[in-house]
Amino acid sequence: MLVIDKSIYDAIVAHARRDHPDEACGVVAGPVGSDRPVRFVPMTNAARSPTFYEFDSADLLRLYREMDERGEEPVIIYHSHTATEAYPSRTDVSYASEPNAHYVLVSTRDPDTVEFRSFRIVDGSVTEEEVRVVPALDVNSETRNS
Amino acid sequence: MAIEVRIPTILRTYTGGEKSVTGSGSTLADLLADLDTRHPGLRERIVDDKGLRRFVNVYVNDEDVRFLAGLDTPVKDGDTVTVLPAVAGG
Repeated sequence: MLVIDKSIYDAIVAHARRDHPDEACGVVAGPVGSDRPVRFVPMTNAARSPTFYEFDSADLLRLYREMDERGEEPVIIYHSHTATEAYPSRTDVSYASEPNAHYVLVSTRDPDTVEFRSFRIVDGSVTEEEVRVVPALDVNSETRNS
Repeated sequence: MAIEVRIPTILRTYTGGEKSVTGSGSTLADLLADLDTRHPGLRERIVDDKGLRRFVNVYVNDEDVRFLAGLDTPVKDGDTVTVLPAVAGG
């Protein structure tokens, strides 16, 4: 199951809509092992294509170094499909290289409907999971300031 | 000589779970061959019969080796080589 807070959910959808008709992409980072997607990081689609996405290689290095310094990992890796359903394509499956990530797909094929789905992709195998949108993620966080 | 090579999660099965290994060589090609003697199969995930795999990024310090000399990129003691699978799809 993916638990995600509303502001990040909205940010992902807004990014996808903004980049339509190109595919949008990015990550939501969180502390290693926490499974909490807390830091939204939209990325540039270097392919600038309606059917393909790729993080620019220099951006990718910067992102991973930054996450490493912050003790984070990519909890969500998201991208959009602009004319097809929000389901991983064969390409998505063959390039998925973060076994611990939730792969979020947003479809922007219909301007009036939000299609937001999440999947695990491990060893070429796709499993859809429930998406639970919560008002605020850090309810039980010990680091939350009160 | 020690060159640090940072290994992405998905390739740590070849390094016993280690996220960083060391190797030696004067070019990236040599370094990968050296690593493969201790971590068999690792090299083949990075290189195929045409050269560097398209959707695997390799950096020497801060530079993607595709913008340097590819597999012939020189490496030296103290360099850090980073391997990152591309984040891509369709």
